[in-house]
Amino acid sequence: MAVTEQRSAGLDVARLRADFPILERTVNGRPLVYLDSAATSQKPRQVIDAEADFYANHNANAHRGLYQLAEEATELYEAARGDLARFIGAPAPETIVFTRGTTESTNLVAHAWARRFLTEGDEILLTDMEHHSNIVPWQLAARDTGATLHYIPLTDDGLLDLSDLGSLLTERTKLLAVTGMSNSLGTLPPLRQLTEAAHAIGALVLVDGAQLVPHVPVDVVALDVDFLTISGHKMLGPTASGGLYGKAEHLEAMDAFLGGGHMIEEVFHDHSTWNAVPYKFEAGTMNIAQEVGLGAAIDYLEALGMDAVRAHEEEITAYAIGRLTEAGARVFGPTDTSIRGGAVSFWYRDVHPHDLATILNEEGVAIRAGHHCNQLVMRRFGVPATARASFYVYNTNDEVDALVEALAKAGDMFDG
Amino acid sequence: MALDDIYKEVILDHYKSPRNKREVPGAELTCSKNNPLCGDEITVFVHEEDGKLVEVGFLGQGCSISQSSASMMTEAVSGATREEAGEMIGRIRGMMAGEVEPDEDAFGELVALKGVVKYPVRIKCAVLPWDVLQEALAGKGEAEGSAAH
Repeated sequence: MAVTEQRSAGLDVARLRADFPILERTVNGRPLVYLDSAATSQKPRQVIDAEADFYANHNANAHRGLYQLAEEATELYEAARGDLARFIGAPAPETIVFTRGTTESTNLVAHAWARRFLTEGDEILLTDMEHHSNIVPWQLAARDTGATLHYIPLTDDGLLDLSDLGSLLTERTKLLAVTGMSNSLGTLPPLRQLTEAAHAIGALVLVDGAQLVPHVPVDVVALDVDFLTISGHKMLGPTASGGLYGKAEHLEAMDAFLGGGHMIEEVFHDHSTWNAVPYKFEAGTMNIAQEVGLGAAIDYLEALGMDAVRAHEEEITAYAIGRLTEAGARVFGPTDTSIRGGAVSFWYRDVHPHDLATILNEEGVAIRAGHHCNQLVMRRFGVPATARASFYVYNTNDEVDALVEALAKAGDMFDG
Repeated sequence: MALDDIYKEVILDHYKSPRNKREVPGAELTCSKNNPLCGDEITVFVHEEDGKLVEVGFLGQGCSISQSSASMMTEAVSGATREEAGEMIGRIRGMMAGEVEPDEDAFGELVALKGVVKYPVRIKCAVLPWDVLQEALAGKGEAEGSAAH
């Protein structure tokens, strides 16, 4: 499929596609149409090169050796921390803990904060659109602390139903953990409103940034969130890169997470003292090359401009929702692109999503089919699974057309 | 490989017009199982007489692979002894594991499922009804969710 001259709100998509080597390949003899960036994004040459360059020219353990290579490795690793802090508007690099992504970040808070500070009868407020990775760590923490879990329900449009928020946030609520962008419905919850409401009753707020941070300009100070989890591989970075932003006062007060090398200050027979934040949470050798790659991904996104990234996403999402709806698909989640991102779940002509995904693959079109780690959402909308197309900076309206054409083939096969 | 390899007419035919899709009255053996990964659900009913599976039915919902496999299974094992049904289950598992090259005589229409082998995540869908049948024959009853990873 020829990529037409698509210039969308400042993104020169045809040109930037040339930075992504994988987009040159074919699947089943067709050009790859990759519509699963909500699962993981593709990587530009700049990121692949940065990681390779680290191994080829600078590889040593960070924060360990006293020789030049080790200093270079440390410098590159810490520069990436600075990049990530700047990218989300964090006040200082020390408020960023490197982790292997949102799942580990959430577990870190569930261990080092929740298990330390929550007691019997405390409440954690979640929402019915959370990814399992923002549910299960809290279930485990609740089991260990005697805290209870509560959920903000959803409207039929796939928005948070905040009509009862006043009674869901109680004086026992210690934490609100909410997604910044739903990975199945695309919904962008009103984070500022939620943060204000939670803080008004003294609860902290953790935002699951897996889908938010790659797609929307984020300023943690303006949002006033207490914790933000970040997944590097969904924002053009390497797998196992990512981090946790936390307000300095929380990171200081929290327990350590994993015990090991570098997270300590001094070790005695019966106890140890902890290294300074953020190193207190970075035990053992970290994903150094991957975080360096993430730094390159951030440079890449900043060069595109996150406003342009978001504008492109709104444009292609509106186009996709329009085309899918025309084609008879039931699209889940809000249709107003100002309050949603580019993860578009749908149900098409009663063809099971797994059948759709398999048939689309024959046409070179890669979509996700399943419950998307969102079983609460699937149950809410009464479907066993959905098909999901999700978009990023390199996707074009032509690819949406390829999706819709492939869907028609699948539909005809099952109806015919 | 062409689409036909997997969605052969046989699979679509069984999916659109499933055979024996009903509860079997007086079934002595029944088992339900689902695959929470994709929401596939299968319940198998078996009525035995004189050591034979004289009537086999199923209820369920899910993708074309799981539902057509269940439909074909009910036809393939109706009238079989437990031993013969067990052998058939083993052959299907072998085919789906890529270990048994199916021949038409032994497999009949079930050969159509062979195309699924190239889609590893969907092998589970094809095997699910056979797992349920095996557990029904073993008298295990409910085995919800156990098809998950």
